[in-house]
Amino acid sequence: MRIDLAGLRTGPSQSWGALRLVPLLRDRPVEGLRLHRIAYAEEPRWSEVRLGPKVSYHSYIPHGFVADWNRDNGDASQSAAFGTQLVDQRTDVHGMPIQVHRRMTQKLGKRRARFLPLHFAIEGYLTLHFGGPDIAWREWSDRVLRHGLSPRMEASYLGTAVTELQDALKVFEIHEGQCGVLLYAADALAAAFAVPHPEDYRELHPTLVLDHFGELIYQYALMMPPVREFRASLTDEGITSLAELRAAAEAQSERWAEFHDHVMAGALLDRDYTSERGYQMGEFDLVRFRPSFKPGEENHIGEAIVDGDGAIAYLKTFRLSEAQIRRGYLLELLAAHNWRLSAAAKAIGTTPEDLRGRIRAAGFETILRQKEKP
Amino acid sequence: MVAAEDVLLFVNAATASTGQREFSEDAGRQTMSLAFLHEYMRVNYRELYAATLALGINDHNAALAIRGLLSDARDVPIEQKAIEGRLIARTLLTLPPPRVFRLFKALQRDGVNNRRTRAIIRDWMTSLDNPAYHAVKYRSGFKAGLKHAHVDLGDGELRDFLFGPLQRKPYTTPILETWRQAHYDGNVLYKLPYTVAEGFAAKRGIKREVFLERIGKQMTPLEKLRTDREPVDPLALISGKAKYCGTDQIPWLTRLAVRILAMPLDERAARRAELTDGMRRFARWEADQLAGTWGRVTAVLDDSFSSFGSPVKRRRPLAVALATHFLLEALAAPGQYTPLWMSGRDDPLLAYPSGATPLGTRLLDALETTPARIVVVSDGWDNSPPGLAGEVLRVWRTRLDPAGRVDIVHVNPVFDAEGLDVRALSPLVPSVGIRDAEDLVLLVELAQFAQGRVGVPELMAYLDGRVRRFLGED
Repeated sequence: MRIDLAGLRTGPSQSWGALRLVPLLRDRPVEGLRLHRIAYAEEPRWSEVRLGPKVSYHSYIPHGFVADWNRDNGDASQSAAFGTQLVDQRTDVHGMPIQVHRRMTQKLGKRRARFLPLHFAIEGYLTLHFGGPDIAWREWSDRVLRHGLSPRMEASYLGTAVTELQDALKVFEIHEGQCGVLLYAADALAAAFAVPHPEDYRELHPTLVLDHFGELIYQYALMMPPVREFRASLTDEGITSLAELRAAAEAQSERWAEFHDHVMAGALLDRDYTSERGYQMGEFDLVRFRPSFKPGEENHIGEAIVDGDGAIAYLKTFRLSEAQIRRGYLLELLAAHNWRLSAAAKAIGTTPEDLRGRIRAAGFETILRQKEKP
Repeated sequence: MVAAEDVLLFVNAATASTGQREFSEDAGRQTMSLAFLHEYMRVNYRELYAATLALGINDHNAALAIRGLLSDARDVPIEQKAIEGRLIARTLLTLPPPRVFRLFKALQRDGVNNRRTRAIIRDWMTSLDNPAYHAVKYRSGFKAGLKHAHVDLGDGELRDFLFGPLQRKPYTTPILETWRQAHYDGNVLYKLPYTVAEGFAAKRGIKREVFLERIGKQMTPLEKLRTDREPVDPLALISGKAKYCGTDQIPWLTRLAVRILAMPLDERAARRAELTDGMRRFARWEADQLAGTWGRVTAVLDDSFSSFGSPVKRRRPLAVALATHFLLEALAAPGQYTPLWMSGRDDPLLAYPSGATPLGTRLLDALETTPARIVVVSDGWDNSPPGLAGEVLRVWRTRLDPAGRVDIVHVNPVFDAEGLDVRALSPLVPSVGIRDAEDLVLLVELAQFAQGRVGVPELMAYLDGRVRRFLGED
């Protein structure tokens, strides 16, 4: 799958400190799909998502999104009320309040479903080859053969911890018809966010501070100097009338959009992703996607709602940190070679010992057998 | 040349900034930048600094300047002190009384008690129309002023009222007697000034609604605006039926704009005729003899999201734009005025802050109307795309209109503390700070110096003229 931003135009960027926000505009909103927000708790608390009889996902989940489809432009009388609690609460043994969600995506009515934004994508990343080796080669520990990779754990920063993100969102002037935003920290793409309708965007714009952000973004926002604005510059040669001046001014926006789409967002848009369908909503599909995990490059995981033609109606991405990319890369590498260590090592032109070292360094020490069986 | 630039920069800051939080900057930064500018001007160009009091800098900065001039007067020649003294005395008369009393308290706190300070405080206090009213309404400030400057008003009753013993009964001064009775009689307190009566009402546990209902007449028009209780009646204000205890120079046009923008859209639509009429009347009042003399005018007015201002200056930039809209309508030749709002909406009364700032595109639209004058009211955060306005103006000025047929001026209601000036659009177009739309005419006059078309001697002559006019010597 590719990320196809058809119908979304790039608008002029606005910067604040090291952060840059690039609006995505729609000339026509996507018909037949609306998103709303449900807030789960005012104060931070842990949530548990039951994925199956034995597997569950724990995280801080401040809010969920509700998707309505096949409506006449999202009838307001049936929207989710702000602050509605849709799931049971129970108290954890330690006395910490915990919220239990039954699934990542849950049906709420005939034409509506609630899903947990970005958690759906991150869960996809966490459960990558979660079952462990298919064949019990002797290099793998008993534990991984029996229980798989469980428990898998990853950390990310909450948007409120990213320096100046709150201010950047506050002073950002939302454009007419804006349906999305690309967020950069020191001009490294941090997150992409798109929704079907401008009104949805207006409502969901502040929720960006409740999203996950990777290590890199946190560091860049904290330490990098303010980014430079891409200021318009006209060449005044040959401008002899107001109409020519207007044409030159309009060309500026196109130049910026082209530069942005090819240079700045290139690493997000020009890659192939492996996608996985999570839920079907009429003609729309909720999918999550993951990259091919190339160490040293930009890698984004994310989730999207796409229509029948593959055009994006909703998009949310998360930029993996370098260590997370390496972990994904190693798991993919091993799985591609049927979890045979020597074959995988040979494929990347190294020794099994070296690969063991890499697996250990990536934090997967427990999957290796300490002493191989004779 | 440097001096001229510095003066204009200071005037821009001192006109636009009130040391309060702005859309993208907090109060601390604004205050710090202002404090620096004040000190820089005071140390380097003391004469010019004092002269800016005559240029209509805002009340906050006028008070700061007076405080600075009075507290640091060592090695200042006698003649300079004399002219400063007159400027300060004149400025104090134009400031609202609460601000003057706050200044007195600040001087007391700072321990500034030289002869000149005492004389200025004494002159101001003894020239008050109705000292008893001020003593009741601004009791602590009044007392601070008297004590600090050793003023004797020669009124034994007033002295007893302020400093005790509180044993006189009855007082012969009516307002003091009312005040005394208000301690015992729940009906008398409605004859007191609003802020004083408020305290008595709280003590008696009178319900807020009942209190506001009955105190109505005692409120000054500004208090009425603030309490949001009684709808503004612009007609009563113009005809002088409403009572105001301070000076006459209240920027009602901008005030009414602020008030209008605070109303819900439905209410504004319902009262459209009344509100439009009020704004037009004030605008004509302000334009006065200049009405209809500006020829073909196009305005570029900023109603982008940043015109929201901040919680403490709610919709101030938008209000300035709205008031300027009506003022320009009055100044332009009849039927020759074109307003261009940033958002593309065209109903000024229903303006609300939203959207980005495509200043460059709007400027092109404005140039296409072939005006004689373009007035841009914006905070200068040109972001759609960034910097286009500057480029458009550069190409226009250098290639298409080198003779300057079209007069372009940018007025900016927001002080950019980081840049120590209001944000300019282009070095080729003057940008001046603005606080109240009423100052527009004078600011446009001042803007010609910012452009560098007129030299330093002319600026000095202009300043001299303004100072003389301010002191009433002409």
